[in-house]
Amino acid sequence: MKKVLTTPVTYEQIKDLKIGDTVYLTGMLATCRDSGHKRVVKEKVMPENFEFKDGAIIHAGPIVGKDENGKQYMVSIGPTTSRRMEAAEADFIEQTGIRVIIGKGGMLEKTTEACKKFGAIHCAYPGGCAVVAAQEVEELQGVEWMDLGMPEALWIMKVKEFGPLVVSIDTEGNNLFENNTKIFKERFDKLV
Amino acid sequence: MDESLRQQFVRTVQDFTAMTGIYLPDDVEKRLRELRQSESIENAKTMYDCMIEDLSLAKQLHRPLCQDTGVLQYFVEVGTEFPYLADIESVLVEAARKATLETPLRPNVVEPLGEHNTGDNTGYGAPYIEYDLVPGGSDLRLRMYMAGGGCSLPGRSKVLMPLEGVEGIKKFVYQTILDWGVNACPPLCVGIGLGTCAATSAMLSKKALLRPIGTRSQYPEVAKLEDEIQAGLDSLGIAPLGFGGSHTVLNVNIEAAAHHPATLGVGITTGCWATRRGEIIIHKDLTSEIISHKKALEV
Repeated sequence: MKKVLTTPVTYEQIKDLKIGDTVYLTGMLATCRDSGHKRVVKEKVMPENFEFKDGAIIHAGPIVGKDENGKQYMVSIGPTTSRRMEAAEADFIEQTGIRVIIGKGGMLEKTTEACKKFGAIHCAYPGGCAVVAAQEVEELQGVEWMDLGMPEALWIMKVKEFGPLVVSIDTEGNNLFENNTKIFKERFDKLV
Repeated sequence: MDESLRQQFVRTVQDFTAMTGIYLPDDVEKRLRELRQSESIENAKTMYDCMIEDLSLAKQLHRPLCQDTGVLQYFVEVGTEFPYLADIESVLVEAARKATLETPLRPNVVEPLGEHNTGDNTGYGAPYIEYDLVPGGSDLRLRMYMAGGGCSLPGRSKVLMPLEGVEGIKKFVYQTILDWGVNACPPLCVGIGLGTCAATSAMLSKKALLRPIGTRSQYPEVAKLEDEIQAGLDSLGIAPLGFGGSHTVLNVNIEAAAHHPATLGVGITTGCWATRRGEIIIHKDLTSEIISHKKALEV
């Protein structure tokens, strides 16, 4: 059976999840990537119509289109490299109380520590599967920070069973991609 | 050039550009499905299935299969007898703009060292256009590539000492993919260029990436190295998407040039599992033929 997290996401909902587990998300989700993190962490600006606390963000820059009635809709949305946000993510978690961070690939030590300390998880969505993800967006509810351009703006979505999301950092400080990297490195050492 | 002919030319390139964002080229999709079939690890199969579902949905809904439709890059090989040589550049720029706004593709292009997005994927040097002249020919062979962010990050070029030899080339490639492969959406297409300096090696690596999967270098020693590096990278088992499985790459191509004896330049360019490149031949009467997506376009 599908394990589904529903926003607002409580610590109870995620505390027993382990790296490698597959989950799905239902509820509210906002995109937030490089410039968005800078805005929150450095400039201390919060969005007006989205609650980060106990919420979920995705590192992503979507393609948004307009239908025949002029209403915006999600055309294509896949995750972007989470590691780019490493420098800001620990502060982001502490300042906002975000609970679920979705992105591509893994993140590093500072984020892992912050996930453990503040009770958050990082999940990896399969990179590039952007039409699958767009189909899991029920409604595009709004956008903020359009001055940053389409990829960097904060797009607010209502999603249903958004996933598969593979837990890559859990609340106990385990890190799936760091573990995998060690395995890849051992194979590399045998090769050269 | 007559305006109605010009609009026909723009339309052809615009449609070709949109197609490249929506469908994978035949060789890439075929190879991706082969990797899925040969994969034995359960989690890895789930990831491949998600990719293959994405390809189907993109076709069905006529949408870019990945949201990062990249920076648009055109590689023009044009016969000197093609009648509209002077119009090619403005046609490609207009086609890129229209494809971006009407498909839609993601407007990625930002101004140099700024965060200002131009909104339509055009700007100084964007779309990127490279020309090769074909003496006496009358066709335009147009290839395009969507250079995504994640899959462009591993790219690098370095000049080795000749004595580092084949082992030095391998180590440089393996190290690069080990360090950067996970986030570039593997299984990857890896293009390697061997030349004299950093610049020509990098350019050759791009040419290698543009070459279809399943082709091999005309030089037997280079073709052997293609196989060896492919096997070496696969033994790292990074794909799919860094979760780990039986492969790392879709393929490895090498373009090698005769070079200076005192240098061994190595360039690396990578494409993701959704390597989007296209090839079309446009004749002098502006009729055209898609080369790269024959199977993808069958209904």
